[in-house]
Amino acid sequence: MIKKFIHQFASPKTYLFQVERVYKFILYFSLVVYFVSLIWGLLFTQEDFVQGNSFRIIYLHVPASFLSQSLYVSMAVASFVYIVWRVKLAAYLVISIAPIGALTTFIALTSGSIWGIPTWGTWWQWDARITSTLILFIMYLGLISLHSSFANYEKADKLLSWLAIVGAINVPIIKKSVDWWSTLHQSASITLTDKPSIDPSMLYPLIGSMIGFFGITICLVIISSKYQIFIREKNKSWIKEYV
Amino acid sequence: MNLTRKRRIYNILLVLLFSISGIFMILYSLNTNLDYFFTPSELMKREISSNKRIKIGGMVLSGSVKRQGSVISFVITDYENSIDVIYEGIVPDLFKEDSGVVALGYLQNDIFEAEEVLAKHDENYMPPSIEIKNDN
Repeated sequence: MIKKFIHQFASPKTYLFQVERVYKFILYFSLVVYFVSLIWGLLFTQEDFVQGNSFRIIYLHVPASFLSQSLYVSMAVASFVYIVWRVKLAAYLVISIAPIGALTTFIALTSGSIWGIPTWGTWWQWDARITSTLILFIMYLGLISLHSSFANYEKADKLLSWLAIVGAINVPIIKKSVDWWSTLHQSASITLTDKPSIDPSMLYPLIGSMIGFFGITICLVIISSKYQIFIREKNKSWIKEYV
Repeated sequence: MNLTRKRRIYNILLVLLFSISGIFMILYSLNTNLDYFFTPSELMKREISSNKRIKIGGMVLSGSVKRQGSVISFVITDYENSIDVIYEGIVPDLFKEDSGVVALGYLQNDIFEAEEVLAKHDENYMPPSIEIKNDN
């Protein structure tokens, strides 16, 4: 049963129709959740005891940084599925996720720079966390340009998947950079093992903003993958019926 | 699972194994060069010439900050060793006694002459009202 479900879902056609059904729901839900959390975090929480009001950019910076890494992991998983099982949809997803990942990494770097000016006193320093995140951004851009430099889609997909998997090594490095080396960036406030070192009044809107941001990025990936399917399957008869 | 797929998985694992060990060797050989700053204790252990620009980081020792015009002097400590710092210029708003600091400059006769002073904050976030409660 599960096998049949996966096989069906792996066809671009089923994917497109299934995704179409949930897309609007995810979009409205996550927009509402994100903006409610944003308003809650910006207007209805107290300021931080050290950073004052400038800490409030956390409601953009943390979701964007979290997603920039998660999107890379999901890209690597899709690459794995493509390399092992040659599922075409997985290859479409790899190249659809890349620009969205680049966008979230860019938001993370920019919001981090803006946050750094009032707190650290600088917008850029070559510490391990910031540099490894910049490498992530450059890797996303590299993967996108690599894919577009091939005329043959299949070759592009194969090379892209291999590189995406190798590049995934950077993600744990980003994650652990603040523990392995001395950095200007502080270590993680929310971890799986310890109690969060952020007060509950600030934590709840932060979690809300992460959920909302997550949903919004999913919608962006859906749009991007739809575009990819339209280009790659444009000669299929069902596409002509669909459009 | 058929043989081709198994072989592909082994290929992926092999590529990952090689690239992880490659990256590990690079990071291992870079070792402390990836550190953003030295702590005062690390500084004691090594000989650093006075014309080499370095960063030191730690906490501002409470009661050590003295201002004289635009010149500010303070002590950076890791609660084991400490080092005197002088700096001329404006420090960030978050620069306070008992909070994190990173200074960039030159070590001259056991006094650190800073060119740039940055504030480092930790991962704790809380409203001021709760902090007062915790202190009592």
